[in-house]
Amino acid sequence: MTTIEKPVSTPGPAGGGPGYQEEILTGCDAVAQSLRLLDVDVLAGYPIRPYDAVMATVAKMIANGEMDAEFIIADSEHSQFEIGKHASLVGARSFIGSSGVGWMYGMEALVVTSSLRLPVVALVGNRALDDPGAFGVEHNDALMVRDTGWLLYWVETAQEALDMTLMAYRVAEDHRVMLPCALSMDGAFLTHSQHVVQVPGKAAVERFVPQYDLGDRRLHPDNPISVAPQFNEDWVMEARRQSDAAMRRVPGVIEEAAAEFKEVFGRGPEDPFVEAYMMQDAEYALVGMGTVGMVGKVAVDQMRAQGKKVGFLRVKWFRPFPASRLRSLLGGLKGIGVIDRDYSFGSNAWGGVLYTEVAAALYASGSRPVVVPFIAGLGGREVSVQNMVEIQGVVEQHIASQPAEVDCHWIGVREHVGKGGER
Amino acid sequence: MATVAEALADLSVGRRLKVLPLEELYTSGHRTCQGCESALVMRYMAKVAGPRTVVTGTTGCMYVANTSYNSTPWVVPWAHTQLGAAGSSALGTAAGLEALMRKGKIPREKINVIAFCSDGGGGDMGLSGISAAMQDTRYNLLILLYDNESYANTDIQASGMTPWGAVTSFTPSGTKKKISQHRWKKNVPALLMAGHPQGRYFASASSGFGMDLMEKVRIALDVGGPTFVQTHDPCPKGWDFDPRRSHELAILAVECGITVLWDFLEGELRYQGVTRQLVEGALKRRPVAEYLQIQGRFAHFGDEEIDYFQSQIDEMWEQWLLPGVLPATAIPQELELGTAAGRGRSEDV
Repeated sequence: MTTIEKPVSTPGPAGGGPGYQEEILTGCDAVAQSLRLLDVDVLAGYPIRPYDAVMATVAKMIANGEMDAEFIIADSEHSQFEIGKHASLVGARSFIGSSGVGWMYGMEALVVTSSLRLPVVALVGNRALDDPGAFGVEHNDALMVRDTGWLLYWVETAQEALDMTLMAYRVAEDHRVMLPCALSMDGAFLTHSQHVVQVPGKAAVERFVPQYDLGDRRLHPDNPISVAPQFNEDWVMEARRQSDAAMRRVPGVIEEAAAEFKEVFGRGPEDPFVEAYMMQDAEYALVGMGTVGMVGKVAVDQMRAQGKKVGFLRVKWFRPFPASRLRSLLGGLKGIGVIDRDYSFGSNAWGGVLYTEVAAALYASGSRPVVVPFIAGLGGREVSVQNMVEIQGVVEQHIASQPAEVDCHWIGVREHVGKGGER
Repeated sequence: MATVAEALADLSVGRRLKVLPLEELYTSGHRTCQGCESALVMRYMAKVAGPRTVVTGTTGCMYVANTSYNSTPWVVPWAHTQLGAAGSSALGTAAGLEALMRKGKIPREKINVIAFCSDGGGGDMGLSGISAAMQDTRYNLLILLYDNESYANTDIQASGMTPWGAVTSFTPSGTKKKISQHRWKKNVPALLMAGHPQGRYFASASSGFGMDLMEKVRIALDVGGPTFVQTHDPCPKGWDFDPRRSHELAILAVECGITVLWDFLEGELRYQGVTRQLVEGALKRRPVAEYLQIQGRFAHFGDEEIDYFQSQIDEMWEQWLLPGVLPATAIPQELELGTAAGRGRSEDV
């Protein structure tokens, strides 16, 4: 963390708000700043790149007395996530995180965290799954919890990382929700790249995120309850239905929290669920998650300059999936290209996870636009502006040629490498 | 009968357990098998821990058979944790309570944190997590491993702590292969003790000796820091014997020298009860056949297998430097056990 030479301070929103300080922070550092401001009680860390930078920053803040928390070095991700879960269960605000196969290693503990309805917050520094070993970004790690009751959000900038860490606790700990929340951040592209970030004051954060209160589910001698007894067929379906009901309440809670965020901090996005860039009069849209949004928006500017009515739609909340927002923004378009930084081998149209979700959401729209799946940027391969233009070209070609079957296109891949052709 | 407060006040370190609280903090509401010794261990554990306690329990018999929804035997707060999560659940619970107390979010007081696990959950899958817990001296926590020597609620599969030769659903005795369980039982309390020099207390106990077991649990909770107690619990379902003989078998295991009662506190290794009498020569070990032949899981044993089992127990008692604890049979000559000779700092030489 580096403070710029002359920190900029503002009085904040009208009425003498708390103000903020500008600092140059990486995505991981921005999350760490929020954890400090949120007075997180327990953090459990286990090494894996690239998410680990957040734990290193927090450990330093604790060592320097800037933050008061229990920091536990776990023996594995499974233990790490169980530590977070059980700290949360006694009423402590807790934080965990991981990347790639580390996130997968602790999957059992992640699943029970959501089924126990504990509002643990996690950072997933997106990383390709092994094998082969790779450090670069892919979204498959975080997406593995998409069906389990975790809230999932993809951030694009360090500022958004800081803001959404506050938002994650606010939404997760809301008594109508009580579900864990994972913030996904593209490995290297965001976890380790520096941005100028407005760091708010503690008072404002305390106003926005009330103290964590687990209520009558808190495990303590004064509240001697038994947590998670065995159910079987007698009650499991009802328990699942309760998690479903909680997830259904999340969009309303997000809207409420986003409005209050603006009130407290004097800024915030127009739409908390998606970022719609140049979409007002768009005929085409490119859709993606995470840092691909930056490239997408530059490409849109270029194509707009050439007279092409293209917009970019960045999906921010993935769980709950903003299906109705997508229908209203994309429903009437001519064509849509969905860029997945993930894979789902053998799925619908051989596409990725985001494609499947977007296509399913648009099936219920009045006019079903053409949706073409793309896979790009796997393992941290750069997705260029030129790639985006290429994608738009394929979408247009697809509309013109009207093929019988939709088929996924891999962008920026070397086909038939080595002897033997297809393998 | 003493009240809980009076009784527990008398159970501090170094004092023999003379009175017990009347109250039960693990009571009716479970559906463990007839003759289940581990349920008894839970009762002992909760009784001496007292009401200011938080318990987590891993998946296993003491989860599945104990806590069916709408019914719980736990009077103290209890939460399920995953099979390999005894150590991490204890760490998370203790760390959470410590943070909240330090920040004044809950009143400062001594709360016992106990995580129990089975031989499968603790000795196999959860060993790494328990090891991490034994290193973290910032927290007071007790890991209690109830050892019934198989994955008993799953269908009786062998664990790393199933005795050599025992029949389980994964280690059957067949016409071609008489012995499938070829692994000798893992010694978890000894490996934890040897590997975690800053752990505060390690003990091996038995469900057959309730007072000894309760003393060990109480010492663990009183000394604070990371502590570990293991109990040896006969299991009628998994070991295939008449449930009425559960307690008798637990005692027999100690009398045969198979289960060894010991603890380790502040640098001192101590043997207790029958084990101590065996060590001192006041009592002779009974033949292991007496123990093995009561159990269906050893019914396929002939003389050869019984002799082999006996030879291993004999070796432990006659060759090991510390029976039940240290398998070394010799030490370098220049080291004299029990003295500092030959082990001084270099400047002393």
